[in-house]
Amino acid sequence: MEQLTFDYPAQRAVTARAHVGVVGSGDLEVLLQPADAMRARVVVHTSVDGYGHIWKSVLDRFFTRYDGAADIEINDFGATPGVVALRLAEAVEAAQDAAQGARS
Amino acid sequence: MSAAPRDLLRESFIELTARERARAVLDAGSFRELLGPFDRLESPWLPLQGIVCQADDGAVIARGTIGGEPAVVTAIESAFQGGSIGEVSGSKIAAALELALADCERGKIVRPVVLFETGGVRLQEANLGLAVISEIQAAIVALRAHVPVVGVIAGMVGCFGGMSLAAGLCSYLVMTKQGRLGMNGPEVIEQEAGIEELDASDRRHVWQLIGGEQRTATGFADALVEDAVDDVHAAVRAAFACGVPEAHRTEQVEAYLAKLAQIDPASVAPGTMRAAFGSTLLTSRGETA
Repeated sequence: MEQLTFDYPAQRAVTARAHVGVVGSGDLEVLLQPADAMRARVVVHTSVDGYGHIWKSVLDRFFTRYDGAADIEINDFGATPGVVALRLAEAVEAAQDAAQGARS
Repeated sequence: MSAAPRDLLRESFIELTARERARAVLDAGSFRELLGPFDRLESPWLPLQGIVCQADDGAVIARGTIGGEPAVVTAIESAFQGGSIGEVSGSKIAAALELALADCERGKIVRPVVLFETGGVRLQEANLGLAVISEIQAAIVALRAHVPVVGVIAGMVGCFGGMSLAAGLCSYLVMTKQGRLGMNGPEVIEQEAGIEELDASDRRHVWQLIGGEQRTATGFADALVEDAVDDVHAAVRAAFACGVPEAHRTEQVEAYLAKLAQIDPASVAPGTMRAAFGSTLLTSRGETA
């Protein structure tokens, strides 16, 4: 088991939190919530050691499109990069839906 | 084009996550989760053994209503560690049932539902998991004097080990054909007793022994439903409508011992179990089993 931390710059505050996925074989859990500072921080707990560079690539790409100030915690059970990217997108969408639901 | 078969249009219950299952069993819009993932009540034992935690430890606790009455649903996530019961996940379930019991004792009835999907105790947490399973069992026994305790075993993991005893203590059990209920799982039996005793890869035989159809036909479960959200939703309500049974299965010790006496372990087969233990069940193929 390995823990990795990544920081990215952010441009806007996040107002709602979201939880998606399960820590099952080939899958992962994403907990996304508003950060205290104007930056994004991703903490990854993964069952597979030695793939820090792959995580960095996947997250670098994700943060070219995402600018929210979110604390993102990932509990990973051997998900492939594609599954990780999909779960991150799902979490962002769920947080946006929750924020819109709170406003309406 | 002919219409798609009805089954293909129905929403599967088995394919839902624990959280979605809890939501599906409660009245629409009434789901409210307690101790959810953002409370981060995780196992303190798994990281010590190099295993990644899940933020809810694989147990979802939800309050809401069932048929307009207050209800608590405890759902086990089978995808995380095989739905195994650890100290934290088990304590969440036991505490939810104990709080429902406290409400019932004050005269405020809360309808308890347990959505089983578990291989039993989480081996990494050993005795702590076993201890908390006994707390779940004690809570079920205390609760069922006030209100029916309804269990659901949908599959595909099934319900095994100490939690199979918890399921046996429930007032009513709802199963799908895909669900399985047994003390030892087939792989454990094969490993411990040999492949001559049971070939765990023979799925047809395994389901004939412990599948939902057989468990309902032999009276160890009460309702056999299709793998459909609507059917599970309705079966849970039908169970509560039956009220507290006059005598729970586990209170009928003499009757079950008498049935057991008719069984010859050397020649027992699914058919002889049905003959001794249950009413005959009309299968979907129209055969009398």
